[in-house]
Amino acid sequence: MTDQGEFFQRDREWHPPAFTPDYKTSVARSPRNALISLENTQSEITGPTFGHNAFGTHDNDLLLNYAQAGESPIGERIILHGRVLDENCRPVPNTLVEIWQANAGGRYRHKKDTYLAPIDPNFGGCGRTLTDENGYYFFRTVKPGAYPWRNLVNNWRPAHIHVSVFGTAFAQRLITQCYFEGDPLVDKCPIVKTIPSQEGRDSLGAALDMNASVPLDSLAYKFDIVLRGRRSTLFENRMEGN
Amino acid sequence: MVQKLDYLRETPSQTAGPYVHIGLAPGAAGFDIYDQEMGWDIAGPNAKGERIRVEGLVIDGTGSPVKDVMLEAWQADSQGRYVDPKNPDATEEGFCGWGRVITNFETGEWGFDTVKPGSVPGRNGSTQAPHINLWVVARGINIGLNTRLYFDDETAANADDPVLNVVEWENRRATLLAKRTERDGKIVYRFDINLQGENETVFFDI
Repeated sequence: MTDQGEFFQRDREWHPPAFTPDYKTSVARSPRNALISLENTQSEITGPTFGHNAFGTHDNDLLLNYAQAGESPIGERIILHGRVLDENCRPVPNTLVEIWQANAGGRYRHKKDTYLAPIDPNFGGCGRTLTDENGYYFFRTVKPGAYPWRNLVNNWRPAHIHVSVFGTAFAQRLITQCYFEGDPLVDKCPIVKTIPSQEGRDSLGAALDMNASVPLDSLAYKFDIVLRGRRSTLFENRMEGN
Repeated sequence: MVQKLDYLRETPSQTAGPYVHIGLAPGAAGFDIYDQEMGWDIAGPNAKGERIRVEGLVIDGTGSPVKDVMLEAWQADSQGRYVDPKNPDATEEGFCGWGRVITNFETGEWGFDTVKPGSVPGRNGSTQAPHINLWVVARGINIGLNTRLYFDDETAANADDPVLNVVEWENRRATLLAKRTERDGKIVYRFDINLQGENETVFFDI
């Protein structure tokens, strides 16, 4: 598999637009001019790679990576797992997946978060891992709680985990949020609703996955991530990217 | 009747939100969790080329600095070579090419130390002027904004740069030029990013 091909054009009608006034912060932080479209060059089709030596043993285990010895965070123990694929349905191996989240009460361990729900002394709220050769990743964590935010006066974020993925090129760089099956707050959230289509919004819902649950230990949710696909280029009579 | 195309669709983007630092720069969020945070050393100790500092503000449509931004940089080395995982010896030892910085919570200033990149090949045999690719995420930004930082002392190369020349409004090209200054014997390039309004920075769909 070569990694020199150019990318399918990003579908900007599928992604949220920049200016989404119901999500108020976007009003002053969205460009007014149209984006300028570039044909890919080396600058876009290359990207950083990361080695295993950068990671600690518990970096993907949020139940352990900030807990005192013998302690555990309070909350619903879950496994978040899935595959990173590209639009050609090919796995994206050895790519960095990073997550961050609030604790079970909806409180972030961040000096700017002043929500009255308490910090959990045994929960940091961030994790990272590399996908394996099949594009597979997993984390162990607690299910985050919903929390209020200053948008409309009574807006609450659904439970969510922030997810950052690199892929193999700077053009694939993506940050998104993973929601949980059955959460009634999802349909009310102005940030979720920045995504134009119901199909697009549904694609951010992690499914309850009983097959991956560990009996008497943890439930599991499956969240697959899709990055932009590489195009076959036909110059020099040879298919690249295939 | 027609067959169904079996492509998957890219996962939709969502804002990084106000607490992006927890996941991607936990030290800045106020706690240490990883042995090694990523993205603080773009060039490494041994890379050749001119050592530079790049810094600036991200400014919103009201003229206020944005204080919860995360930026990532992707650049070639001083010879114009991007890191290639299949050919790790092609760039200098320790040169990573990628960096991640966050703004100061009080002032909104961001900055990083690196080496000035060389020219890299463009499409169809052209040459691109030295530049650093930047990706900007923050609360209120629904999908990461891509831009490029060029250097204002590369006048001739910039004039021929195929990407700058795609920007048909010549007055907007200047929003992509970082201004060279010197401070305490150190070379500093100033690059303010205007998200909206007057002198709005050019953003790209790559």
